[in-house]
Amino acid sequence: MKVLDNLMYNQAHEWIKVEGNVAYLGITDYAQDMLGDIVYVELPEEEDTFDAEESYMTIESVKAATDVLAPFECKVLEVNDSLEDEPEAINKAPYDTWIVKLEIADPSALESFMDAKAYEAFCEEEA
Amino acid sequence: MFPYIPISKSDEDHMLKTIGIESVEELFKAIPPSVRLDGDLNLPLHKSEIEVRQIMASYAKDNRDASQWTCYMGNGTYDAYIPSIIPYLTSRSEFSTAYTPYQPEISQGTLHAIFEFQTLVARLTDMYASNASLYDGPTAAAEAAAIIFDKAKGDTLLVSSTVNKNTIEVVKTYLKYRGLKVKLIDAKAYETDMDDFLSKIDDQVVGVLVQSPNRYGYVENYDPLMKEVQARKLKSIMYADPSSLGILKTPGEYGVDVAVGDLQAFGNGMQFGGPHIGYLSTTKKNMRKIPGRIAGQALDRHGNRAYVLTLQAREQHIRRDKASSNICSNQALNALASTIYMSLMGKDGIKKVAINTTNKAHYLYKGLLASGQFEEVYNKPFYREFLIKSKLDIKILQERLKAHSIMPFYVLDEDERILQVAVTENRTKKELDHLIQVMEVLS
Repeated sequence: MKVLDNLMYNQAHEWIKVEGNVAYLGITDYAQDMLGDIVYVELPEEEDTFDAEESYMTIESVKAATDVLAPFECKVLEVNDSLEDEPEAINKAPYDTWIVKLEIADPSALESFMDAKAYEAFCEEEA
Repeated sequence: MFPYIPISKSDEDHMLKTIGIESVEELFKAIPPSVRLDGDLNLPLHKSEIEVRQIMASYAKDNRDASQWTCYMGNGTYDAYIPSIIPYLTSRSEFSTAYTPYQPEISQGTLHAIFEFQTLVARLTDMYASNASLYDGPTAAAEAAAIIFDKAKGDTLLVSSTVNKNTIEVVKTYLKYRGLKVKLIDAKAYETDMDDFLSKIDDQVVGVLVQSPNRYGYVENYDPLMKEVQARKLKSIMYADPSSLGILKTPGEYGVDVAVGDLQAFGNGMQFGGPHIGYLSTTKKNMRKIPGRIAGQALDRHGNRAYVLTLQAREQHIRRDKASSNICSNQALNALASTIYMSLMGKDGIKKVAINTTNKAHYLYKGLLASGQFEEVYNKPFYREFLIKSKLDIKILQERLKAHSIMPFYVLDEDERILQVAVTENRTKKELDHLIQVMEVLS
């Protein structure tokens, strides 16, 4: 399992890379491995806003179709359109493949995110 | 009361006693009296088989169908020509099954036919993908609404009043039980009123449903409407007559999100208004939201081409509660008839039939106006169906038609004496001239 030091993680096995009030979000190596071959990502619409915990996209793999919940209150600035034709990019390079670019409504929401070390520990505990 | 249920009086008494009621009538208590038949059906006592056959045959003699009387009725069901090859092929025993066999191991022929159907529908409508068909045009329109409401924030669909009445009713019924609303856009001079459309758009409106040609046969230009739809990021559904698509602007050319309609006139009989066959085609973006069956082309483990059902597992089997639709049926036999029709006619054939039909409809329209018995309602472009105003009392007119073995016209507005006349490729010049002549001598 690969974890990168420069990213932040949450318990839903998502990584974020924060730049000011903007976050790029993807799923972790651990998550892609658990899901298996990803065949489709139903992306949200750009400009749409979501509350924390609101379902905003679906990741479908050969094993399951999983609803993905918004990690914090946010607005979708951009979606990674290339996933429409190449969803398997998430399996191949989970940390190079961001899924959505989000505007963070309240930066204090980031406090609940873990650093790489804490996330690694969390995964071990879960396994 | 139940002469065909072979139980004796003592059987019945025993059953009633077991469940603790006095009479069979009590079982129907839950149905409000207002919708129940008061008393028994007015039926004669039992007859012998020979007598029943004779009585029914004498009733049947009073029926008049489109093979006996010339038919000018339309409104969603058309007396179109069915090439002989269609019943010949569709009646083969391989296709005679009450349920479509979908298992790829034994059904490559059926799945292949469905795959071809989808390709033909997608090309005809200029859309990216189609499903394996739906019950009929109206239910296809309702399923299209479900697609555009999926994950949408609003709860209202705008529907033009120039959409066929039956379609509007079916869409309303489907949406009502999902807590969604239909708002009608007024018609002005039998066309979608743009001002009314614009005035009814609010933040609850998700999209719009229009029909081409519209329910009166008029060819509306939807460019201005589509421009507003796209500018406001609304979704659009177009109910399009497939037989018109060889010559008229297609849903794909208009840039709609979902195209729907009814393929009855492509190889299927009128069948008393049903079963028909609905089509639904859409954009690549909506591909995963397509309801019902979809056949896909794949490779088997030996690398040979093979057909399987595809893209349905997610919503219909794994996550039923999240699905925008749970429909699992299609109209396979009728779709097969339409598939044979489309492949037989080809692009050119479909276009030629449309031109032929349009010419005949316009020939009849001019002839009827020239007969002196009719007035123009509006001078608008129309395809194979048109409105015309009778100068005569409608009852007299209809009686006259019947006397000449012509089916009565569809009456759109009795007070205004507005009739709706449909012409198909089945109508010969001789028949059209006969109708005009019947009108000319009428006074």
